[in-house]
Amino acid sequence: MSPVAAPDKIIPGIEDIIADANLHKHGTDPVSDQTMVINMGPQHPSTHGVLRLVLEIDGETVVSLAPDIGYLHTGIEKTCEAKFYQQVVPLTDRIDYLAPMTNNTAYALAVESLLDLEIPPKAQWLRVLFNELMRLNSHLVWLGTHAMDIGALTVFLYCFREREKLMRVFEAVSGQRMMTSYIRIGGVSLEPPLDLYDKIRAFLVEFPSKIDEYEGLLQNNPIWINRIKGVGYISPEDAIALGVSGPVLRAAGIDFDLRRDMPYSSYEKFQFNVPVSQESDVWARYVLRMQEMRESVKICLQALDGMPEGRIVADAPKIILPDREQMKTQMESLIHHFKIVTEGFAVPAGEATSSVEAPHGMMNYYVVSDGTAKPYRVHMRNADYANLQALETMCKGRLLADVVAVIGSLDIVLGAIDR
Amino acid sequence: MDAAITGTQAIFEKFPNEPAVKALTTIATDAKHDRGELTLTVPRESIVAACQAVKQAGYNFFEDVTAVDWYPSEPRFQISYSILSHSLKRRLRLVVRLAGDDAAVDSITGIWPAANFYEREVFDLFGIHFGGHPNLRRIMMPEDWNGHPLRKDYPVEGYR
Repeated sequence: MSPVAAPDKIIPGIEDIIADANLHKHGTDPVSDQTMVINMGPQHPSTHGVLRLVLEIDGETVVSLAPDIGYLHTGIEKTCEAKFYQQVVPLTDRIDYLAPMTNNTAYALAVESLLDLEIPPKAQWLRVLFNELMRLNSHLVWLGTHAMDIGALTVFLYCFREREKLMRVFEAVSGQRMMTSYIRIGGVSLEPPLDLYDKIRAFLVEFPSKIDEYEGLLQNNPIWINRIKGVGYISPEDAIALGVSGPVLRAAGIDFDLRRDMPYSSYEKFQFNVPVSQESDVWARYVLRMQEMRESVKICLQALDGMPEGRIVADAPKIILPDREQMKTQMESLIHHFKIVTEGFAVPAGEATSSVEAPHGMMNYYVVSDGTAKPYRVHMRNADYANLQALETMCKGRLLADVVAVIGSLDIVLGAIDR
Repeated sequence: MDAAITGTQAIFEKFPNEPAVKALTTIATDAKHDRGELTLTVPRESIVAACQAVKQAGYNFFEDVTAVDWYPSEPRFQISYSILSHSLKRRLRLVVRLAGDDAAVDSITGIWPAANFYEREVFDLFGIHFGGHPNLRRIMMPEDWNGHPLRKDYPVEGYR
């Protein structure tokens, strides 16, 4: 073992980042052999948040690229350690804020594994339904912003038209449009309103024609095709070595989807295809995500058709808040409510990892318990963080303008990267 | 739920055909199968060898590395590596335990370049050193920050 320096002695600065960018050899001619280091972000509109890139360019060609992140770091993992298990759920909404219920699911699955809870079928079906609606929600934002980055401004408005309908669904079921906290430890928080299934079905029946509409705007558009075809290539070997997951990995020809290969929350009972592509460029990722949206519609319709009857939470009165009516009439329920709210519930010591296929790729929650009512450690592994590492491989040797297209195709959310 | 199985001998007997167990028979110092998750503990000197061995055994996809601070007990730090196999459709957790006054381990970026950001994050938030890492700098916190926020002796609120 040969540590290069003691941990506290490294205080790097911007010079180090530039030195990183300047790793390759320079020639002696001051004009033709010189490269330029430029800064992109953190306030650049096409970096999808507060991503900062330090780019070394030779003319307009990218020589090297170093992402600088942490502008949105809020210490969510540290905050989790000071909260009761049930109080962590709203925090998880804020990680990948385009798919809050997917975050809730991943966290709930990890804690349920520690508690050894059995989740009733209806809650599992509702989780699948809302996870897939979240995928539509996230992919709509991806498509709108990705197209806007490349100059097709109209698509953004069309995508947000449909997203608004989804937002109203989320509001109807949870009371919140974005930070839903709908999926809780042990099930889901509320019974969906009576007419909600019909509303979702009406949306889903109509939605494939809307996808056709987006494709009508983009598929044969020569600017769109020329900007993204053959751009941002990554080989399947590099993609695995760099930890890429989700649609970006499947676009590189690796046929792996957690929903099918390591099913959770009853996904094994649904029929759907996993789109795979071999081209591994920005175009392939665009086509693949459009196909994924159509598959999600199928899964949602299956979930609506086969929605089981029964409870929406597990039968565990010491963990799950009681029904309000029961709480007002039954002594035990009142006691349980008081105990859960004031003291939380103890979770057996141990560690558990859950893994779900989020819209952006593999999302893992690692929860360590020391037997108390507060998690000892919560760690989130988001696909965005690893996918960002692949950005340099995808952009090296390409034009500066392609960087924008590649960032859009990675579909990163800085909330999930910085946490 | 199956009861947890602990101890290297019990694990070797229970899962004789598990490729990761076979690969780490001589290296692992502790083993656990709990809640359907297999955890193998390896000494810190052999983490690179252990990663190489499980990679050859089919665990091809590096997912995650993170740490847990067990302050004030010793060994203080637990580093958890999460590794996935696309073909076996299974996940493996490798654990390395580090003493609080000598929190350093070899980097595995040579095997999986994906570990780069993850090790930087652990370095930044826990102050654990990764020897041989190509670019060990803070990643989340400002560059001139003092202390490592995810350590248990670092307060959640108030003054440091």
